[in-house]
Amino acid sequence: MDIYLPIAAMSLDVFVLLALGGAVGFLSGVFGVGGGFLLTPLLIFIGVPHAVAVASSANQLVGASVSGALAHWRRGNVDFQMAFVLLAGGLVGSATGVWLFALLRRIGQIDLAISLSYALLLGTLGSLMLAESTRAILRLRKPGGPRRKLHQHIWLHGLPLKMRFRRSKLYISALLPLTLGFSVGVLSAIMGVGGGFVMIPAMIYILGMPTVVVPGTSLFQIIFVAASVTVLQAVGNGTVDVVLALVLLVGGVVGAQLGTRFGQRLRGEQLRAMLAFIVLAVAAKLLFDLTVAPPDLYSIETTAP
Amino acid sequence: MTRWLALTLALLGLSAIPARAADEFIADLTTHFIAITTGFTGTEVVLFGATDGTGDVIAIVRGPEHDAVVRRKSRVAGLWVNTQQMTFTGVPSYYAVYSSRPLDEIAPPQMQALHQIGLANLRLGAAEKNRSPEEINDFRAALIRQRQREGVFGTGIGRIAFLGDRLFRATLQFPANLPTGDYHVEIFLVRDKTVINGQTTPLNASQAGIDGDVYEFANREALFYGIIAVVGAAMAGWLASLPFRNA
Repeated sequence: MDIYLPIAAMSLDVFVLLALGGAVGFLSGVFGVGGGFLLTPLLIFIGVPHAVAVASSANQLVGASVSGALAHWRRGNVDFQMAFVLLAGGLVGSATGVWLFALLRRIGQIDLAISLSYALLLGTLGSLMLAESTRAILRLRKPGGPRRKLHQHIWLHGLPLKMRFRRSKLYISALLPLTLGFSVGVLSAIMGVGGGFVMIPAMIYILGMPTVVVPGTSLFQIIFVAASVTVLQAVGNGTVDVVLALVLLVGGVVGAQLGTRFGQRLRGEQLRAMLAFIVLAVAAKLLFDLTVAPPDLYSIETTAP
Repeated sequence: MTRWLALTLALLGLSAIPARAADEFIADLTTHFIAITTGFTGTEVVLFGATDGTGDVIAIVRGPEHDAVVRRKSRVAGLWVNTQQMTFTGVPSYYAVYSSRPLDEIAPPQMQALHQIGLANLRLGAAEKNRSPEEINDFRAALIRQRQREGVFGTGIGRIAFLGDRLFRATLQFPANLPTGDYHVEIFLVRDKTVINGQTTPLNASQAGIDGDVYEFANREALFYGIIAVVGAAMAGWLASLPFRNA
């Protein structure tokens, strides 16, 4: 059954979209990440215009992260103070990102920018995750080894504007979460992702936050960044397709619940290794598409008369 | 009818043609409105009419005009990147030709050029003037090729069938990805390799139902649309989390 997407101006099979949302939701449930970074490339693969895929993914993400953040909030695992500092950076970042998006679109390089930043980011991330999980799996075979400190202080933590974050038990420069929020905001706007897959490792390894508050805090601030990206994309580029976002969300929510249950039966290291393979496969496909000679060297974009 | 005819003739710049009674013809469409709904998979509209004597009929269907940016990729450091672009103005979003006989048998080249009959005679303005004619031709050909692949530019000449000498009809086929907007169908009566009469009839394609409203709203009230999109998604996310509250 085809459904007409009013903004993308194309018809797609509603079951394909539900399955896509469901599959990405399932993965995000299993692995505990937003899944936006897989959704946008997959939408591009099935033929949704790049710009619409990015903006509608951001819209879908609002719903997905509300759903996730509520679950963490009920368990008290959200550091609101940290979330608001990240958010302050994130809002400026998403505005900058949407502006950059419009500029790239005007000069005809938006498709390249989206594909390339995805390929680079997913490639780097996938390799790091694969290396990390391989080490973890190997370490499991040899028990023992020194216990790690709660977190390590690096020179970045000593920058001015120090702030105390009680829930995260941290006393660090506010410039750090501000910059992190800003960069993730830019990424959100250009790539249509919440940035959880960048945010979460950065919160753990750069900010040094306790692991238990990381997913909730990340999801909580992603709600607002994704919301601002959605509004800014709607106003600035007119590329948000609510029908697309809603169908994906329905599939995504169901998939996420199933995924969470499935994920509890798997081992963490194996999960991360599996996710790493999926991420690397998506990156490879994106990069491969850029290097293959296109069937037609010319492409066309229509503008108002 | 005569007033309408006179008006369209004036618009077409054909008023110089002496309108003798024998040259009169009438044509119309079965509908002037195409509703694009959620399940739209293309449609057909019948063009029909009668001539007052022998002759051939050519019909041109044109969608609303817009600008089109054509970009050319080339290889940069192993990746295919857009490196050149050219803007064309007045590009119809839809274009198809129908004729009762092969065009070259009934319409001399000057006539085809004057009335923009056939893709080769489509007047597309290249916005950049400092490009060589060959370059402009390459970009123009690419534009037409792409539009044909999308199915919005006709690849051949559609058939207009005559029933006897006077009555004619043609089934105009419209694809699922029909662009929205105001179309016009130009119909020419041709005799002895000359256009002796012409008529234009309007056709509108609009998104109907919820989709149409969404599209309209997204364009007119972009800010509201964005806010509603966010609130809607947040509500859906909240609702979805309710059944799993104790999970």
